[in-house]
Amino acid sequence: MDFNHTEERVMLRDTLQRFLGDSYTHDHRRAVIALERAYDETVFSALAELGVLGALFTEEQGGFGGHGFDLSVVFEELGRAGVIEPLLSALLSGSILAGMGRDELVAEIITGEQIIALAHGETDARYDLNHVATTAQAQGDERVLTGTKTNVLFGAQAGHLIVSARESGDVWDEAGISLFLVPIDAEGLTVVDHPNLDGTSGATVTLQQVRLDPAARLGQAGAGFAAIEAAVARALTALSAEALGAMEVARDLTVAYLKERKQFGVPIGKFQALQHRMADMLIEIEQVRSGVILAAGHLDGPRPERERHVSAFKNLAGRVAALVAEECIQMHGGIGMTDEYALSHYARRLTMIDHQFGDVDHHLMRFTAFGAE
Amino acid sequence: MDLTYSTKDEAFRAEIRAWLKDTLPKDLSEKVRLGKRLSKADIELWHSLLNARGWLAPNWPRAYGGCEWNAVQRHIFEEECCLAHAPRNLPFGLSMLAPVLLAFGSEAQRQRFLPRILDGQDWWCQGYSEPGAGSDLAAVKTRAVREDDHYVVNGQKTWTTLGQHANWIFCLVRTDPDAIKQEGISFLLIDMNTPGVTVRPIVLIDGEAEVNEVFFDDVRVPVENLVGEENKGWTYAKYLLTHERTNIAGVGFSNAALATLKKVAGQVQSGGRPLADTQLFAARMAQVEIDLMAMAMTNLRMVSAAASGKAPGAESSMLKIKGTVIRQELTSLLRRANGPDAQPFQSDFLNGGHNAEELGPEHAAGAGPNYLNMRKLSIFGGSNEVQRTIITKSILEL
Repeated sequence: MDFNHTEERVMLRDTLQRFLGDSYTHDHRRAVIALERAYDETVFSALAELGVLGALFTEEQGGFGGHGFDLSVVFEELGRAGVIEPLLSALLSGSILAGMGRDELVAEIITGEQIIALAHGETDARYDLNHVATTAQAQGDERVLTGTKTNVLFGAQAGHLIVSARESGDVWDEAGISLFLVPIDAEGLTVVDHPNLDGTSGATVTLQQVRLDPAARLGQAGAGFAAIEAAVARALTALSAEALGAMEVARDLTVAYLKERKQFGVPIGKFQALQHRMADMLIEIEQVRSGVILAAGHLDGPRPERERHVSAFKNLAGRVAALVAEECIQMHGGIGMTDEYALSHYARRLTMIDHQFGDVDHHLMRFTAFGAE
Repeated sequence: MDLTYSTKDEAFRAEIRAWLKDTLPKDLSEKVRLGKRLSKADIELWHSLLNARGWLAPNWPRAYGGCEWNAVQRHIFEEECCLAHAPRNLPFGLSMLAPVLLAFGSEAQRQRFLPRILDGQDWWCQGYSEPGAGSDLAAVKTRAVREDDHYVVNGQKTWTTLGQHANWIFCLVRTDPDAIKQEGISFLLIDMNTPGVTVRPIVLIDGEAEVNEVFFDDVRVPVENLVGEENKGWTYAKYLLTHERTNIAGVGFSNAALATLKKVAGQVQSGGRPLADTQLFAARMAQVEIDLMAMAMTNLRMVSAAASGKAPGAESSMLKIKGTVIRQELTSLLRRANGPDAQPFQSDFLNGGHNAEELGPEHAAGAGPNYLNMRKLSIFGGSNEVQRTIITKSILEL
């Protein structure tokens, strides 16, 4: 057992921290969002050049990291800076493509040349990965896709979408789900984007008789579920780590405020009612740090072990994210709710992370289900 | 970052597991498993078995008969002992007095007292709390007045755990009543067979007399029983609060309690199916399990950092709070899992009466009393509120 990061990961963390500290200020972030830009291409390219995207993939896949702790190191820093750029999309689609042997596309993701977005969620699916109502009907050699995908992260900025569609079975069956690589300009494809509450961008993707040739299918027919689940496990670890980074900044902002803000003639940090709540928050954030370590450490393990751990600590991260967001705002008072002040941005992200790939209740039940297996 | 145990650690675990299997008497582990009360002889037997193997003092230096195990080894040892339902080690001599003697005592005191802790000649208890000094420990009033080569001690200690079995007590006593309250305190070792010492049991909420009041009436204590310097006792007591509290999180206890809870919830019925299969109870169990998994890692991280020389600051306070909250939640769930069968007060069974059979499901007898008894966790050792203040002091620096 060793609780220290390797030298390479420490270097990666320091590089990322320096770069984001210099160039990704709160004002910069607000400016990008205010201009209704989905993300800043210059920053995204610079991150790719620094090797941040490469760190998400193994050497075999064309990267230089790809293990759970590489993801956690990167995403913790992204969370700390409040980065809105499409790194999670890169992680999701890159993980799927790497598993399918599509190295040329993974290379484009790693260099930042192309955004490829995962279009999997559907209206009635909520957080269940096995719900796919979008269909892929065989017409000769071609497959014809029809359906609607919701909350597709960076769908409108992508060059290609990875679309899940059903070739066989019932809407809730794990078997029968296939994955297709669909160019964004495919006929019958409509992408309508929308801003998210936390500054990221989502899209609703409508597929009306989108005709694809056989080469568009990624992997075996009907066998896409395992790839989606494995990619989402990586995303869940990344999200928990991102939440941890955001929590630590929210905590630091609040500690500084408790020392500086005076009421009734003393710094409000003198009040025990606030001190004890701050202490509880610190304990819970340490718990999340432990949880991220455990999730990352089991990410390359066998499926039940992997899924049990990512669900456990997405649940924990979600619980603590809500605690930190709510408590930090409350301890700040009104100022904590203003858009101008960074805390409100971290609070929004912390709140919305719970809505990505499963909230606290979803993952609590999922943890129980995997424990019983 | 590497979460796997080394081959050496795995071999260590196997050695401990095998030893426990061969050595821990079945009737003793059954008592622990079912939450029965342990006698003085039970605990003395367990200590003597560990001592014979050289494993009684994991955190002591080898020169004094300890193991010098690292954080991971201590974690493994604790985990295995708890899984085997071994009794807990008595902390008072092993992990409360000994570290103070090792850090501040004289060599003569170490040579005199440490071997007697190991071989069981001495049973120590802790004389900190007083009726007017609970979480405000520095408010101790018990007076020690120097008369030639003796201190004459007068006053009262309370909440003295298992003091009814003890022959020695380490005490915080006031030696300078005029100094500010932290500065006039000394750390004194008192032979409980000295005339003037009286022990009176306090029956607690679970029906057991686990704690006592200890009265001192002109008790004459030789000056060589003073640890360190006069009036420096507060420093020594505080040292204990941040150092050497390796087991403060109670991970092993909680792991064992969770295993018991899952077993009981899998057996008792609710609505025609196992309670563990009802969504609400399953969710309650899952949440505490997740918290415990994370806390075990928090414990390992912090204990390892402390072992590698980083001074423990607020960390032991964090572990104390989270560890006790989790242990209390587990006792609460086990009590509720037993449903109406948690009600009978099965004193004979808990005391190990040979004819007493347990009413209700296995573990029903101990579940209620244990839940009630474990309320103490968030009160003793510096209440959880005191721990929160320590944490905020260290980060807010106000």
